[in-house]
Amino acid sequence: MKKKMIAILQNIALLLYAFYAIFPLVWLLILSFKHDSDMFNTTFIFTPTLENYRALFSDGEYIGYFLDNIIVSFGAIALSIVVGVPAAYALARFDFKGRDGIAFTFLSFRFAPEILVVLPLFLLYQELGLYDTYVGLIWVFQVLSLPLLIWILRGYFEDIPVEVENAARLDGYSWWQVFIKIVMPLIRPGLVASALLSLIFVWNNFTFSLLLAGQDVTTTTVAMLQYVASDTVHYGQMAGAVLIASLPIIILALSIQKHLVRGLSMGSVKG
Amino acid sequence: MATEAYEKLEEEQLTNKVPLKIKMRPFIILGPAFLLTVGILIPFAMAIYFSVTNYSFKYPDYVFVGLENWISMFTSADFWQSVGVTLTYAGVATLIETLLGIGIAILLNRENFLSRSLRIVLIFPLVIAPVIATIIWQLMTNNSVGIYSDWLRQLGITNFNWGADPSTALFTVLIIDAWVFTPFVTILVLAGLRSLPKAPFESAMIDGGSAWFTFKNLTLPMIMPMLIIAILFRLMLSLQMFDIIFALTRGGPGDTLMTLPLTAYTEAFTYKELGVSLPFMLILWVFVYFLSHFIVKYWTYTQNKASGK
Repeated sequence: MKKKMIAILQNIALLLYAFYAIFPLVWLLILSFKHDSDMFNTTFIFTPTLENYRALFSDGEYIGYFLDNIIVSFGAIALSIVVGVPAAYALARFDFKGRDGIAFTFLSFRFAPEILVVLPLFLLYQELGLYDTYVGLIWVFQVLSLPLLIWILRGYFEDIPVEVENAARLDGYSWWQVFIKIVMPLIRPGLVASALLSLIFVWNNFTFSLLLAGQDVTTTTVAMLQYVASDTVHYGQMAGAVLIASLPIIILALSIQKHLVRGLSMGSVKG
Repeated sequence: MATEAYEKLEEEQLTNKVPLKIKMRPFIILGPAFLLTVGILIPFAMAIYFSVTNYSFKYPDYVFVGLENWISMFTSADFWQSVGVTLTYAGVATLIETLLGIGIAILLNRENFLSRSLRIVLIFPLVIAPVIATIIWQLMTNNSVGIYSDWLRQLGITNFNWGADPSTALFTVLIIDAWVFTPFVTILVLAGLRSLPKAPFESAMIDGGSAWFTFKNLTLPMIMPMLIIAILFRLMLSLQMFDIIFALTRGGPGDTLMTLPLTAYTEAFTYKELGVSLPFMLILWVFVYFLSHFIVKYWTYTQNKASGK
């Protein structure tokens, strides 16, 4: 009896939290199907309309922000993979002087305050002509994606016994062949997961896009906030815009669920 | 023959009797990543340099002013107010998220329909951009269309103004921060709980240990490494939280939410005084660096303890 009471209380507590966590998203979905005229009564009963979504996609503006986001995010991740995978391998496999120092330096970038990085870069970028360009944003996003990628992949590389590589070497493969044909396939799940996870962080970033880009390159987070600040706010459209901007990320997160723990803790906890 | 070749290979890896080309290999491989991050290191050097100048976006010229910016920062009341807000925000956010995160993780760790189905759904807020999350909460609490404001009105509370009121602004940003980041603690703790060995808990149950006793003496020490990593990340990132506060109130009303990042931003981009703004971020960076170092050390200690060393 007492046990049952406790279980019920626990369920109630969990449901209360679930309401806090999920209801805003449910309400957002509802708002996005509401007419502007239905907006001011907060009931759940209304005639759904696709008007908000139609308005959102009628001009190329919103799609443009989306494309900008895709270009800088994917560019940043691609660059991170190209330089990060070999770096992670070197940090996992070779024992050389200063290895842990270098590794910690990479990690500490994750905790570098974004505003501190941005302030001088703002000057530097204008000097170099990188301000408000794709290249500029892709470069600065390495601060977010590279440490994450290196730290997670280092763990995956460490899990591969060195004997596996040596066996292949004995079979006559060159060092590079071993790396491409044996090692890479073994870490592929980790690579996919860490790439997607850093994609989430880059996609969601606000500070860098706000201060290092302007008219030409506008990512969704910055665009959304400008939209809120503008005078003519259509709440339904806003709800739709916010929802669509978040949807790809939610889907990505679902697809890498299994690797989420290891990724979020940057490999320091193996989940 | 094969073993001989294998030994030679192992020797090649273990000893220093290797050709320079192979010895240099790790550095060559690390090169590109390092070049890229050195590019990011330049801003750090620049930040230190400009913090001792009177660089301003208003004038093309600047001169060396020594420690003037630093001294005026340490002697200004705004700075200490800002430090207070930053520490309060980070401390309270981390505390709420840790306690709530542990609680929810324990509830989700039960094997029943509700827990199983909520395990994935409750992660959603974590992957939403903090800025977007703030916009969502603005839609919820907006005075004209916000459903939460409407519910409060129906309960007879008409003067609750969320982010617009100095007395509730901190509460509002903390609600949003906790909404986004509690799942972070939950995921890590839940993973820790699920990897626990069964045997010690069974024997504790046979011995009739109370739930609290089991939690305090068995569960907590064993999930401690996970928990510390969660706290480390939450503390470091909430100390530098910019997005949520900026999106909600730009640091206001008044200076209620002027944390160090918000102050630095305002000095640099509203008042155009880059030289003045940089010490605010540099001091935060130094603090964050040493704090993270300390927590990582403590983490190693608990990890050894958890594995019984």
